Amino acid sequence: MHIHVNGEARELPDDTTVAGVLAALEVPERGVAVAVDGVVVRRAEWPAAVVGDGAHVEILTAVQGG
Amino acid sequence: MTGDFAGEPAGVLAIGDHKFTSRLVIGTGGAANLDILERALTASGTELTTVAMRRADLGSGSGVLDLLRRLGIALLPNTAGCRTAAEAVLTAQLAREALGTDLVKLEVHADDRTLLPDPIETVDAAQQLADEGFTVLAYTNDDPVTALRLEEAGCAAVMPLGSPIGTGLGIRNPHNIELIVARASVPVILDAGIGTASDATLAMELGCDAVLLSTAVTRAQDPERMAAAMRAGVTAGRLAREAGRIPQRFWAQASSPPR
Repeated sequence: MHIHVNGEARELPDDTTVAGVLAALEVPERGVAVAVDGVVVRRAEWPAAVVGDGAHVEILTAVQGG
Repeated sequence: MTGDFAGEPAGVLAIGDHKFTSRLVIGTGGAANLDILERALTASGTELTTVAMRRADLGSGSGVLDLLRRLGIALLPNTAGCRTAAEAVLTAQLAREALGTDLVKLEVHADDRTLLPDPIETVDAAQQLADEGFTVLAYTNDDPVTALRLEEAGCAAVMPLGSPIGTGLGIRNPHNIELIVARASVPVILDAGIGTASDATLAMELGCDAVLLSTAVTRAQDPERMAAAMRAGVTAGRLAREAGRIPQRFWAQASSPPR
């Protein structure tokens, strides 16, 4: 399937979960949050939440600021 | 009040259920590198610092997060960069998920040139976030009316600006800050515009409960030394407020007995 992660096009196997996206892109799970199509996916839901084809996935973390 | 005065202000700063001994909140933006930031944070004695939420650099961790955890400093994620209440609410939800804190510095900027807060979007977002159980610290103009509205919306602290972010222009309307303090029943934190230690002192003398600053330290020629100055400035201002200053007089009043 074809999805967008932080604005970049990615090709991943069908039915990949949020946890699967993070693993495939080697994102450390600690200190990050995920929104799929503008909706927050809670951490507890990551292993089961399947990302649909064409989804826009945003992975955020804390940076220096404020 | 005799014999036990240790030269430190009394009481703790309570923001919702969170309690702090330090009354200086530091922003982490603008530091040249993490080593300089660490030394500045340590010198400031801060127990609460802001971070921003941005897209993760895929494949690497967050250096600032590791640093703050190692120093044992509480995180105050902000919503900087948001223009609408909806954006700010989503950013706060993501921050809570990523960082495991209910604290949020709510800021909704009206435009990039002034970075002044948009009061209408801010009050809207504050209401939503308070209803969702967030401990909301709201960045606001030095407007006593908006400050009250934010408190009514459920904010745990209101944070009026001294002057626009990053300007170092100090506190442009001290009387408004006093008015905000006089009516607030939640902590008032002077946020933005601090340029040097005397500005931080003035904020505390006006009755603010704490000061939040970033640029004044991180972009100072010697951030570590300026952080120490800010710490001393906040302490001095708080002590002076507690001590109760003398009334100002028009004519001189002799301090030596008449001959």
